[in-house]
Amino acid sequence: MSLGKTEVKYISRLTQIDVREEAVEGVAEKLSNILELFAQMEAADTKDVLPMAHPLDAVQRLRVDVVTEVDQHEKLQAIAPAVAEAHYLVPQVIE
Amino acid sequence: MMHNLTIKQMSEKLRAGEFTSVQLTQHYLDRIDQYDAELNAYITVTPELAISMAEEADRIIAAGEAELLTGIPVAHKDIFCTDGVKTSCASKMLDNFIAPYDANVVSLLKKVGMPILGKTNMDEFAMGSSSESSYYGPTKNPWDHKAVPGGSSGGAAAVIAAGLAPMATGTDTGGSIRQPAAFCGITGIKPTYGAVSRFGIIAYASSFDQAGPMTRSAEDSAWMLNAMAGFDERDSTSLERETPDYTAELDRSLKGLKVGVPAEYFGEGLDPEVSNIVKAAIDEVKKLGAEVVEVHLPNKALAVPSYYVLAPAEASSNLSRFDGVRFGYRCEQPKDLEDLYKRSRSEGFGEEVKRRIMVGAYALSAGYYDAYYLKAQKLRRMVRDDFIKAFESCDVIMGPVAPTTAFNIGEKSDDQVSMYLSDLYTIPVNLAGLPALSVPAGFAQERPVGLHIVGPYFSEAKLLNIGHQFQQVTDWHTKMPAQYQ
Repeated sequence: MSLGKTEVKYISRLTQIDVREEAVEGVAEKLSNILELFAQMEAADTKDVLPMAHPLDAVQRLRVDVVTEVDQHEKLQAIAPAVAEAHYLVPQVIE
Repeated sequence: MMHNLTIKQMSEKLRAGEFTSVQLTQHYLDRIDQYDAELNAYITVTPELAISMAEEADRIIAAGEAELLTGIPVAHKDIFCTDGVKTSCASKMLDNFIAPYDANVVSLLKKVGMPILGKTNMDEFAMGSSSESSYYGPTKNPWDHKAVPGGSSGGAAAVIAAGLAPMATGTDTGGSIRQPAAFCGITGIKPTYGAVSRFGIIAYASSFDQAGPMTRSAEDSAWMLNAMAGFDERDSTSLERETPDYTAELDRSLKGLKVGVPAEYFGEGLDPEVSNIVKAAIDEVKKLGAEVVEVHLPNKALAVPSYYVLAPAEASSNLSRFDGVRFGYRCEQPKDLEDLYKRSRSEGFGEEVKRRIMVGAYALSAGYYDAYYLKAQKLRRMVRDDFIKAFESCDVIMGPVAPTTAFNIGEKSDDQVSMYLSDLYTIPVNLAGLPALSVPAGFAQERPVGLHIVGPYFSEAKLLNIGHQFQQVTDWHTKMPAQYQ
């Protein structure tokens, strides 16, 4: 299966990764090569096989419902690109 | 020379006062100074931190409270968050990221008093098999500077091979400990999925990611794994079971060991010289009393496509956290929120990372989920079931780690699919979540070759036993490139 410009633009939106107009074709070709590899899976008969999410078939461990995290926003926000009054700053969304 | 000692010898000499941890650490820092400009195996070197930790280790040793690894320096792959130290995952996205906490593995090794020499180079976000996709440029293979060191833990393998650290941490999602170990002629083990905590390891594909030691010998790896493994409640997939002593079986005889050799591993695509070396290594194990039986892994060929659906799918979700808002790279002058996300991500991620995120998101998208993601999860079960069946008639499986020796820098960087296919021996093990070891087994075209030993779940001590016994009758693991001796 090969991808066209429309699909690349759709994936770009899904992943929030910008693909410049002049790069679309190249990206489509590289992704199509990978999809060709995926196509090798089609031949396998998986009719009665259950999908496997965890190698040991383990289930999610639950913890006791108590507070475990302490407030360390100053430390964590010290590495943020833009912060004001303990909030992360982003371009204005609502006028 | 200090860098030619085994970990046990280093430990004995530290405790006997023949040298101090500060002297040992300084010895490695001097070697890094001398050699790393050319090798590019470290992204960050932390001399001040290393020396202050070594001073503390010396106090512990003097007080008679040392454990075996106290005072022995370590290099961490730059995927392990290290409090107060740049943790870049070899990406522009995290070039300015000073980790605010320690990964569980880092804090465990700190606790036993192992000075941190620095952070090693790798493929960006661990996505690669050559360490060429690093934002900081490729690492060179110490055996031949024209060759890649393998990947993604290529920097870690190179620092061990060149004697720029006695021990290094690595992670293995699709072969990232074992393949670079093979390419650089060192020993590396990927433990059973869940044996070592993933807490604080920057996530690539969470259902595969597993950390492990990279060292000169199997014995060294056993000591290091003892310090790294164990249940951690902060990792939701950490296994709640008692941690064994991985050194306990090192000296056990291999008499009666049943070694399964899959015919499928020696087919088309395997370099004939690599094939001969691996077969000779298996013969060596046979001489130690093991019996060789033929086993079959009929779905081996399905593992690579299955993995390259599942791992990127998980990556597309894991890497959505890099949005330019809370940490990491943010683009200049974003005009609105969407522009902030899109440009920060497109400018911050390298090409291969973007490709995997895109292909992973596509595999999970409406209309393709069943055909790709669900199908790949079914194949994952088939690949795992093959191993379980094979282990009914053998104790371990042996074969090659990679189809060739280290390829040249630049040789495969334009052909992703060919790079993906070179992981065909390591990936099935990750799909199944099994432990596996790579030990040096010889040289082809003057580049190292590894022997791959795969075992049932929780058989790490057995694998290290086999590796150690093999290393008692061979000396491949003691070889060093001439210029680094």
